[in-house]
Amino acid sequence: MDLFEYQAKELFAEYGVPVQRGRVAATAAEAREVAAAFEAEGSPLVVVKAQVKTGGRGKAGGVKLANGPEEAEAKARQILGMDIKGHTVHKVLIAEASDIAQEYYLSYLLDRAARTFVAICSVQGGMEIEEVAHTNPEAVARIPIDPLAGVDAEKAAEIVRAGGLPPEAVEQAAILAERLWSVFADEDATLVEVNPMALTDQGDVLAVDGKVSLDDNAAFRQDHAKYADPEATDPLEARAKAKHLNYVKLDGQVGIIGNGAGLVMSTLDVVALAGESFGGVRPANFLDIGGGASAEVMADGLEIVLSDNSVRSVLVNVFGGITSCDAVANGIVSALGMLAARGEQVGHPIVVRLDGNNADEGRRILAGAGLPGVEQVATMDDAARRAAELAATAPATGA
Amino acid sequence: MAIFLTGDSRVMIQGITGSEGTKHGRRMLAAGTTVVGGTNPRKAGQTVDLGSAAVPVFGTVAETMAATGADVSVVFVPPAGTKAAVTEAVDAGMPLVIVITEGIPVHDTAAFWAYASAHGNTTRIVGPNCPGVASPGKSNAGIIPADITTEGRIGLVSKSGTLTYQMIYELRDIGFSTAVGIGGDPVIGTTHIDCLAAFQDDPETEAIVMIGEIGGDAEERAAAYVDAHVTKPVVAYVAGFTAPEGKTMGHAGAIISGSAGTAQAKKEALEKVGVRVGRTPSETARLVREVMQGR
Repeated sequence: MDLFEYQAKELFAEYGVPVQRGRVAATAAEAREVAAAFEAEGSPLVVVKAQVKTGGRGKAGGVKLANGPEEAEAKARQILGMDIKGHTVHKVLIAEASDIAQEYYLSYLLDRAARTFVAICSVQGGMEIEEVAHTNPEAVARIPIDPLAGVDAEKAAEIVRAGGLPPEAVEQAAILAERLWSVFADEDATLVEVNPMALTDQGDVLAVDGKVSLDDNAAFRQDHAKYADPEATDPLEARAKAKHLNYVKLDGQVGIIGNGAGLVMSTLDVVALAGESFGGVRPANFLDIGGGASAEVMADGLEIVLSDNSVRSVLVNVFGGITSCDAVANGIVSALGMLAARGEQVGHPIVVRLDGNNADEGRRILAGAGLPGVEQVATMDDAARRAAELAATAPATGA
Repeated sequence: MAIFLTGDSRVMIQGITGSEGTKHGRRMLAAGTTVVGGTNPRKAGQTVDLGSAAVPVFGTVAETMAATGADVSVVFVPPAGTKAAVTEAVDAGMPLVIVITEGIPVHDTAAFWAYASAHGNTTRIVGPNCPGVASPGKSNAGIIPADITTEGRIGLVSKSGTLTYQMIYELRDIGFSTAVGIGGDPVIGTTHIDCLAAFQDDPETEAIVMIGEIGGDAEERAAAYVDAHVTKPVVAYVAGFTAPEGKTMGHAGAIISGSAGTAQAKKEALEKVGVRVGRTPSETARLVREVMQGR
């Protein structure tokens, strides 16, 4: 889960990481109030920053300087509602403008290949670190971190020195780096990034921007729910999540249900490949109902997939491993029964491919049930082809 | 001979009294695995009924090893307890630990991997979030369904569970020396490269199937390894061509960030070193058949 800049900075502040002062606003009027408060403290100059979980907002016009409350209100009005790379701006951060002398870069993240964490630090901040790494690789230091030892004062000093920070910034930057590690470790983050980390004219080092990604697997011991972002969540994804289904909305026409993340990912690919022969039909979603593939989960899955208005056909692709195919077939039969009982109209053709343990018996059960609109295809490739063909030819039902 | 897991392996289960531990303990035993016992500190001294046999429950991994000669541990404990479970197995000197548990925070996995490394990597860790290791006809440690596996000459290494099952099933007439599910998490113990090295050295393995998926650069590194060290034929499959950037596809590790980790990049890296890459699982199975023809 990714946090907004304002959430990241609030989290930083809790850990004593110095941040540029600011407050979030959802309306232009609120933005004015925040700017007025800063003005009253003798800081009329503020930055109005779009809160979106994507990069490049500056270039998109989502970051503007304002002098005083009236200007802040006007700038906030321009930015709120703006679309930045598909993200609608619902909030702006009104931050006190700092007199920035130099901009640096600092982050902690996972190094998958080394199976450990790494600190990245550079004297060149304020731009994309990938760009710096490309144009000036020696200006980017990568320091491996032992997860068991973490980052103490000594390690923090090593990191900022390796990044080439000047002597006047080292001491404060090291303190920031040590505290930022606590954010990373204690909050179960997979990324914390400060870019830019600024040295002000007054000689202070502070986080002017912040990015935090949290590990969803740690939700059992962290309060991640408070960062939920209902406005940005696809409504179908939200419904699926409430039913504990692993669902990702995509932009195609073939609804996909399968068991196991790898098999479902593969199913999407095979459908997209087959769809090339049918005018570019594509998968409408990712939905993994897990190894068990019980009737109730199958019913919930079908209900979600069929609620997607762009779906024209559905492909159920199940490999019977631990759960044998006869159980899966019975699951599909009762799932369709449950949907009928819930008053759900199954208006689209459903292609089922069952393979694996006890596949013959599973296919026999499904065929014997005589479900209208359900057809079986023996192999994954042929089933994908059939589902793509049906999606290309089936009429829209306006369900 | 197979890799990692042989007919002589003595398998214990951490979390044997939990529903998953008991269920899969039964399946492993029924598949011919030598299941010798397991741990639950609160139920030490009891036994667990695994169908055809009852096995003892011990308080610690060290006690289980001393009493039963266990040399493989399969971990089913919940995510919150997995770090402690693996650390305990490392301390006990367990040679092979297979972590089935799904949903472990990556900080915990990084910590137990670092712990094992600090102890000289004397414990091989497979997983987490993996289906385990199966050497058909010899031993089955994990949740790979034994009734679809047949003994044979192909070695398989895969990030995905169900794609492993699919491939094992499609190629059941040729069969497998060992199938290793390494898991789809961002940090895993045993890698594609570790398995490629072991299969290359295994006289019973004639060809290798490698299944990858989006995220990270493990497949690209495996390709470089194949180029330098593997003389046996390798066929590969990569899942996730249609996955959009920034969306996690079920496995925590299956996420594309920036330009790195795409299926296309992995496919190209593998093909560049002469690995044949199937576009679908069935096509991959066909490529394996071609490779095995006349062998």
